[in-house]
Amino acid sequence: MTAGSKILAMGHYQPAKVLTNEDLTRIVDTTDEWITTRVGIKERRVAEHETVADMATAAAGKALANAGLSAADIDQVVVATCSSVDRCPNVATRVAHNLGISAPAAYDLNTGCSGFEYALATADHAIRAGASTRALVIGAEKLTDVTDYTDRTSCILFGDGAGAAVVAGVDADEEPGIGPVLWGSRPEMGPVLTIEGWRPYIVQDGQAVFRWATTELPAFAKETCEKAGVRPEELGAFVAHQANLRIIEPLARKLGATNAVIARDIVESGNTSAASVPLALSKLLERGEVASGSPVLLFGFGGGLTYAGQVVRCP
Amino acid sequence: MANRDEIRSGLADILEEVAGVDKADVADEKSFTDELDVDSLSMVEVVVAAEEKFGVKIPDDEVPNLKTVGDAVSYIEKNAA
Repeated sequence: MTAGSKILAMGHYQPAKVLTNEDLTRIVDTTDEWITTRVGIKERRVAEHETVADMATAAAGKALANAGLSAADIDQVVVATCSSVDRCPNVATRVAHNLGISAPAAYDLNTGCSGFEYALATADHAIRAGASTRALVIGAEKLTDVTDYTDRTSCILFGDGAGAAVVAGVDADEEPGIGPVLWGSRPEMGPVLTIEGWRPYIVQDGQAVFRWATTELPAFAKETCEKAGVRPEELGAFVAHQANLRIIEPLARKLGATNAVIARDIVESGNTSAASVPLALSKLLERGEVASGSPVLLFGFGGGLTYAGQVVRCP
Repeated sequence: MANRDEIRSGLADILEEVAGVDKADVADEKSFTDELDVDSLSMVEVVVAAEEKFGVKIPDDEVPNLKTVGDAVSYIEKNAA
């Protein structure tokens, strides 16, 4: 048992193929100006041969290496994803097999775009409860598999990628590096964002999601900070789900994250659902934009109108 | 309760703040999307701000019916508390 857990290191993976706004103008009726002013996206990455498990494995392998650990040190693998085509074996056991992790607790978790924050919470809870010592927490998505390229309102949004964190219990004299989770959902609003059916595509009522996100989330983001005992102006970084710059920027402003680096990975990666937060955080760390030990608010929101967030200490 | 002129002027303040619309352009016959260049997400922001300002509820499925400034003024006039 331990008093809490912390992120030891992050890693990420993005496919090599870039799909620019200019490329999209040849597929659907759209323009770079239209996309940029509405969501802020310039380009996104598209997996050609990689599966969700391949991208999750690559991100997790880098996170392990960045933590200076090996497969033998891991006893829990959680993968947040809503776009894996294969249902069984799940993505987590595929990742474990690829990395040579023997006999871990291995499970997938689907709460749409808030998946990474839910997964980080369940991994933290398992470690606190003594059921696990060190975990790989991964967000991985191949959204282009479920993107309808005849729907000009949604197909411009989505990309593929993965991000991963290595999470471990803190020492007896150490403060927890992962703050209490604030999580919830609005089940009655489920129909505004769906990936349904046998050959599913993402279908979204963008205006309804936008309205929910811009009106209800600022209070939740504040409450997440309160739970962690951190004032918004003390945040070193704010990494929100990369859905739309016009959601992220007002959210940061209403929260009062005046001194925080605001993650804007959406510009070059698009919306990668559960992968977007760990991907953006891993890139911020790689570029050295956030000081070690600095409090960072992670906040995810998405399908099912689920949401979850926590303040973590930057590794 | 606000009269039509007051509602229109309040809407003009909101349109200027959230969508950068010139207040002088705001008139009943003007279309939000075609003439005032308010995109769908800005329209949501206008609606949310108008709800707060006028104490009125504008549900998502009502928004597409508010095509012109006059439509919005009439809706608010009719439904404001």
